[in-house]
Amino acid sequence: MSKPAKKASGEEAYADFMSRAYTMELEAIERYAQFADALDTHNNPEVAGLFRKLSAIESLHAKRILAEMRWPSLPALPAAYAWESVEGPETAPFDAVHYLMQPYHALEIALRCEQQARKYYEDIAAGSAPKRVKAAAKEMAAEEASHVALIQDWMKKVPQPAPGWDEDPDPPRMNE
Amino acid sequence: MNAPITSPALTAKDFKSDYKPVWCPGCGDYSVLTAVTKALAMLELRPENVAVVSGIGCSSRIPAYTTCYGFHGVHGRSLPAGTGLKVARPDLTVLVASGDGDGYSIGGNHFLHACRRNVDLTYIVMDNHVYGMTKGQPSPTTEPDWSSKLAPGGTGVREFHPLVIALASGANFIARAFSGDPNGVAALIVEAVRHPGFSFVEVLSPCVTFRPEQRGWKESARPAPVAYTDDPARAARRLMTDDGFNIGVLYKGRRAPFAGLPAAPTHSLADLEGGFRL
Repeated sequence: MSKPAKKASGEEAYADFMSRAYTMELEAIERYAQFADALDTHNNPEVAGLFRKLSAIESLHAKRILAEMRWPSLPALPAAYAWESVEGPETAPFDAVHYLMQPYHALEIALRCEQQARKYYEDIAAGSAPKRVKAAAKEMAAEEASHVALIQDWMKKVPQPAPGWDEDPDPPRMNE
Repeated sequence: MNAPITSPALTAKDFKSDYKPVWCPGCGDYSVLTAVTKALAMLELRPENVAVVSGIGCSSRIPAYTTCYGFHGVHGRSLPAGTGLKVARPDLTVLVASGDGDGYSIGGNHFLHACRRNVDLTYIVMDNHVYGMTKGQPSPTTEPDWSSKLAPGGTGVREFHPLVIALASGANFIARAFSGDPNGVAALIVEAVRHPGFSFVEVLSPCVTFRPEQRGWKESARPAPVAYTDDPARAARRLMTDDGFNIGVLYKGRRAPFAGLPAAPTHSLADLEGGFRL
């Protein structure tokens, strides 16, 4: 959840809320794309492809926010938003990946991100924000909840990793 | 009259090249790259006005991953190259990137003198307390008791304290960042670039391959409990006693940056030859 901002008018608060939502999506897009590149480089095309797909899905959300706000792009370069943790609630931790990871692991990461995003919006919807912000937050919380359900279904369709999945008898000790 | 041509503001993406980093998945250096590109966008710079200079090591690959001018130089010699570039082209924003091995061991001597010279550039060191690229040897910042196949039982040698050394040598800006917070790293880089003189940003950047226990740094890193000081004596006390996980600007000095060389005398070749005449 973001730190409380100064009192703003309903319109300002709504624009700020949407700007944060957009920034949150951008951070998630960027992190998934970064994971995809890293796993491509380390010859794990299956998981790289999955992260690329997740990045594309987040891009659609970001585009929808822009369209809704009729912004050609984010109105001003956002200062790094002060999230309650160091990054946005929908951003996966930078060190969550492993070169031998499997699709199930990637989906576990995505699930955690979607759950955090849902909680972020639920907290705003339950808080003391202006009506319009609360309504938008409620809508977005419902959307994130639907993503949680979709990912949970997706996880049922991919094999769970066997124990010792990260054991490599000949580990890469050189990164080139 | 024609309207002035204005360039559109650039985003972080405009500072990222098409080359995919070869760092291990989960490496902290990815976040530093993100932070550098964000910082350059926040500073409203253009790639052609920025040079990224590095030495050798995992972290030193960073110039290739940006669209700025880059110089991937000799091991430990990123600072001499960066310093020379800034003196010759003061109009450029110069970022020098290094790791704890490249910057504090092979290039340790250059580090002292770059701090002392106080040329207006920003030095970013990605510190993971290990030589990652060459299979995990202990580096100058490795803890004395870190045991590994290459140093069973640890080296037993006291670790180097780069921030203290930087202060003692005359660095004009000292900050510590953590790569788990790329937005925070970006903000510190912005501040470092804006501060005149030699700005030093040490980034704790975990090596998940050789130091997987560094994933725990995210629990240790926290904002410095007090605001920065401009008093070197006070800064020295703080830096000598901190545990290495205080994040933020820790010292901002008031030394005037290196002002450039005095204008060279304009001798013609004939004048010079004339000096040898008998």
